[in-house]
This record gives sequence, structure tokens and C-alpha cells, in this order.
Amino acid sequence: MDKKISVKVCLGTTCFVMGSANLQELIDTVPAKYGDKVDVSGVPCLGLCSIDWEFSKAPYVKVDDEVIKEATVEKVLKAIDEKLK
Amino acid sequence: MVMNAPRQTSHLKREILIRLIKAFYTDDFGENARLIPYQMRPKDFEAPYRCCVYKERAILRDRTIAGLGLSIEETDDSIHMAELAKKVLEREKPEENPLTVLQTACKGCVPSRIYVTDLCQGCVARPCVNTCKFGAISVKNGKSVIDPDKCKNCGMCAQVCPYQAITKIIVPCESACPVGAIAKDENGHAKIDFDKCISCGKCVSACPFGAVHEKSQIIDVLKTIKAGKKVIAMVAPAMFGQLPCSPKQLKEAIQKLGFADVYEVAQGADVTTKNEAKEFEERLLKGAEFMTTSCCAGYNELVDKHIPELKPFRSDTRTPLYYTAEIVKKEHPDAVTVFFSPCVAKRREALKDDNVDYVLNYEEVGAWLIAMNIKVEDCGESSFKTEASAEGRNYAVTGGVAKAVKTLVPEEIPVYPVMIDGLNKQSIRDLKKYAKNGECELGNLIEVMACTGGCLGGNANVNAYKPALKQLTNYVKESKSIKETEEAGEKA
Ligand code: SF4
Ligand code: SF4
Ligand code: FES
Repeated sequence: MDKKISVKVCLGTTCFVMGSANLQELIDTVPAKYGDKVDVSGVPCLGLCSIDWEFSKAPYVKVDDEVIKEATVEKVLKAIDEKLK
Repeated sequence: MVMNAPRQTSHLKREILIRLIKAFYTDDFGENARLIPYQMRPKDFEAPYRCCVYKERAILRDRTIAGLGLSIEETDDSIHMAELAKKVLEREKPEENPLTVLQTACKGCVPSRIYVTDLCQGCVARPCVNTCKFGAISVKNGKSVIDPDKCKNCGMCAQVCPYQAITKIIVPCESACPVGAIAKDENGHAKIDFDKCISCGKCVSACPFGAVHEKSQIIDVLKTIKAGKKVIAMVAPAMFGQLPCSPKQLKEAIQKLGFADVYEVAQGADVTTKNEAKEFEERLLKGAEFMTTSCCAGYNELVDKHIPELKPFRSDTRTPLYYTAEIVKKEHPDAVTVFFSPCVAKRREALKDDNVDYVLNYEEVGAWLIAMNIKVEDCGESSFKTEASAEGRNYAVTGGVAKAVKTLVPEEIPVYPVMIDGLNKQSIRDLKKYAKNGECELGNLIEVMACTGGCLGGNANVNAYKPALKQLTNYVKESKSIKETEEAGEKA
């Protein structure tokens, strides 16, 4: 069996305020949709927000090694679908 | 209904606040505030939302003006940003009306009207033509056409069309406003009538262009802290559901921002509960059929402006914010007080209360933490001097206020709570009916929350509703009941 896809939703302060608060639903909906093909969790600051003004691109989500900027539920699901292809 | 739904416009508003706060801490606030639209939309930037970067910059400038706490409508675009910044640094009091509409953003939204879509088959029956009492519909080139001069927006044609080809185009802010206070004017710009507006904030949440802004008092607060004054934060209970940290970490984070101390407004809620329980008992013994709560600022404005006949039924007990601010000013007469609020309505209440100097909403607090690079999840824990009760902390949730009051009403007086969970046209009609009949068939203690879900559903919340509720509920569960704290207080 292939390796599981890992989805890390950043729940650090910056990402949280800039919108990952609304991505928390992924933690419930992703397993419901993809079963055990995807591992999803909320994680502390990924360290991306403090690099020179990069707060404006928060919230960040990592799907395996790919960083999704200004993440939305749709963008994350699309990235997962791409990987599963 | 989706509460606290994700909004791209919130991202923009928050980004501007962060940049504005950063600009404040530089040597040249005015110049750096002026540069915000240029940093967000540099020269070769592809305009993501509008025709060109110039238009986007103009709109971002207007949003920055709201961040400065000024009225966008009344600010001339020829005035240099540095001059506006100076004006804000010199002002002593925030402006009166808490909202301002970014009219340039508003243009894209068409006025409310009845519209015939492509689905129209030009059928033979033509029920639309026959139904229209105003003779506004005719068929041209095989399609129905509405004459805008004759159309009265009644919507009858839309109801009879067998293809559902006719729809009513709604204006989001107009249809969200429970009291008809916002409407597009003849230029297609939304305008708020502040004689009618109850500051419920529903238009702020509803507008897909993010055109309705709260006038921020963030610069006023930053300036006060920078001047070395003793500034004390008063945090409404909904705040404890907003950020990824414990209540004690939140307190520490707020102190890192420069506040001398932090009080829970739930502490004032405990006073409200005691007084309101006593008042309820007295009123019922005197034969009253029902009483309404009085803690929600949006509801209070509704009663004062639109349903005066409800006044005799509204509790005379003051709000949690009122009592908290009174306690703080008594304990620290030299302090400047700042209320951390989930909604617009509290800004109006604060303006009338001499003990409350400024109001910040949760978006602004979040932006401030980001600007200062304070990570709440890494903060240490700091305890509150006075711990509020479980019931007080639960005021932020629909049903929480009535439940708290019920806890303290003596058993022989039966309490039947009724929840008005969010003001809208229907719930306002219900309230009017109770006032007119002098009774409410559903119960005797009516709790009114302007926002659906309670304060956690306020327009300026950061967290999504469900996780916010979970987080706050955990806090409530680990708190002592007001009955225990009451007894302890009596023994002492
Ligand atoms: S919803 Fe109201 S404020 Fe927003 S763009 Fe439309 S008319 Fe303007
Ligand atoms: S704040 Fe509420 S009452 Fe005022 S215009 Fe907006 S929706 Fe209407
Ligand atoms: S908070 Fe998400 S990268 Fe720092």
C-alpha cells in the first residue's frame, strides 16, 4: 500500500487569526471523506509566518511537502485529490 | 445557517490592521500608513479582485482609513494619509457612529430588483404578464421584460412563473439588516441610517465585498499604552473561545501587549445575574407576566429605537460590561479601560458609559498579536485575581444568561426561559407581540441575543462557531458555580 498523505493544518496564532480557525473542520471532514488514505492534524506554528512579512499569506497548510498559502478548504481538498491521482 | 463563515474579506481587513499596527511602531507612522496599499499591491502585481491595481489601492486606502477609526464617507481622497494619521493621534475620543461603508467597493452589487433570467421560455400562458398588477411586464422578442419604472418589486411574477425563470435579486446587507437601516442610495452606494441602526453588525458579516467596516480604535489604544498610561483590559467571555490557547495563556498574552492587568467581564456578569434574579423575583411577585434580559447591546438599542413599548418589560439591571468597568475604575481610578468585544453593538454601549474608554474587537486583538509576533500558544500562564463563575463565563452562549438567572431565583418562583436566538424580522415581530399583549405564551424569562448562537456568533469573532463553543464550554466546566461563589462571598 502507498504511503499515507499527511495534511498538517497550522493552528499557530498567525494562521489561526488569518483563517485556519475555519480550516479546523478539515480535521473531521477529511477522514470522513478519504478514510485512512490521509492523515490530518492541527499542528503548532510551522514557522512560515515569521519569515519577513509572510503573515499576509497565512493560513498555511502542508500537504506532504507542499506548502499551501492562503489556504482554504477547497484548496486543501484539491491538493489531496491531486496527490491521490 | 453557517455562523462565522470563512470570509476572504476578513483576511484583507486583518492584514490591513496588522500593517497599520506595525506602521504605528515605526518612526514615521503617517508615511508608513500611506504605503500600506502600495505594499499590498505593488507595481507589477496582478489585481486579484478588481480591474487594476490603482482601483485596488484606492479601496485599500479606504480600508486603512476605517482602520484609523475615521469615516470613509466623510474623508476626502485628496487628504494626505500623514495628515489623517496626525488627526487620529490627536483625537481624544473615538467617533460616534461605529460603522462606515466603503462605497467604492459597493458599486458591484446591483440594487435589489426583480429580474427575468434566461430560463424564460416566452410561454403562451404568460402568467407573469397577467399576474402583474402594475402592468410592468410585457413580452418582447419572445421573452418577458420588466419595465423598471412600473415594477414595485412585489415579486408576484416570480411566484407564478412555471419555469421559475424570474428571481428577486437581493442586496445582502439590505436583506440581513433586521431593522431596514441600510439601503442602496440613488448612486448605488449602501448607506446606513444611524437613527435606525442598532449596531447589530449583521451587515458587516453579510456583505460579500467586505464593504461595511467597523471604525477601529486600535490606534487610540496603542497611543495610550505608548504614553505609559495604566491600561486595563476587560475581556468578554466569548474571547476565551477565540484563540488557540488556555484562558490563562490569553491573559499573559494580553499583558505582553502592554496591558497592566486583565479582568474577566464574566465577573461583572455575576453581578448582573444576582441583580437580575432579584429583579425577576420582585417583578413576578408584583404580577408581571414576563421580563426580558438586558445584557445584549444590540437588543437594548432595538428596544430604545424601535420597540419602546417593550421598555417596561426589559430588566433594569445593567450589563456585565457596566459592572465590570465600575469595579475596575473603583479599584484603579487612574486606569484607562479597554473592552475586548465580539461585536459592533458594544461600541455604542461603551460610548455611553464613562467607565469604558475604548473598545477593541477580537479581529483587532488577533491582528495586534500577529503584529507583535506574540504566539499565544507559547505564552506562560497568568491567573485572574478574581475568578468569575461558570454561569458568568457561559453568558456568551445562547441560553447562558437565562440559565444563570434561573440558578439564583428561589425555587418557589417558577422560571420558564424563552430564547430569542438572533434578531431578525420574525423575532422582532414576536417581541412586539409580547409587548402588545403584555404576555408571552412561551414563558416568563425572555433572553434576547442579537446574534445567532449568542456572543460567540458576533460579527468580529475569529474562531469558527463550533470549535469556539467547545473551547468555551471546557472553560465553563472547570469553573465553580455561582452558587458556590455566592456562599463563599457571604461567609467572608
Ligand atoms: S452587500 Fe451592501 S454594502 Fe455590500 S456591496 Fe452590496 S450594497 Fe454594498
Ligand atoms: S449594524 Fe445591524 S442595524 Fe445597523 S445597518 Fe447593519 S444590519 Fe442594520
Ligand atoms: S502560525 Fe502558521 S506558520 Fe506560523
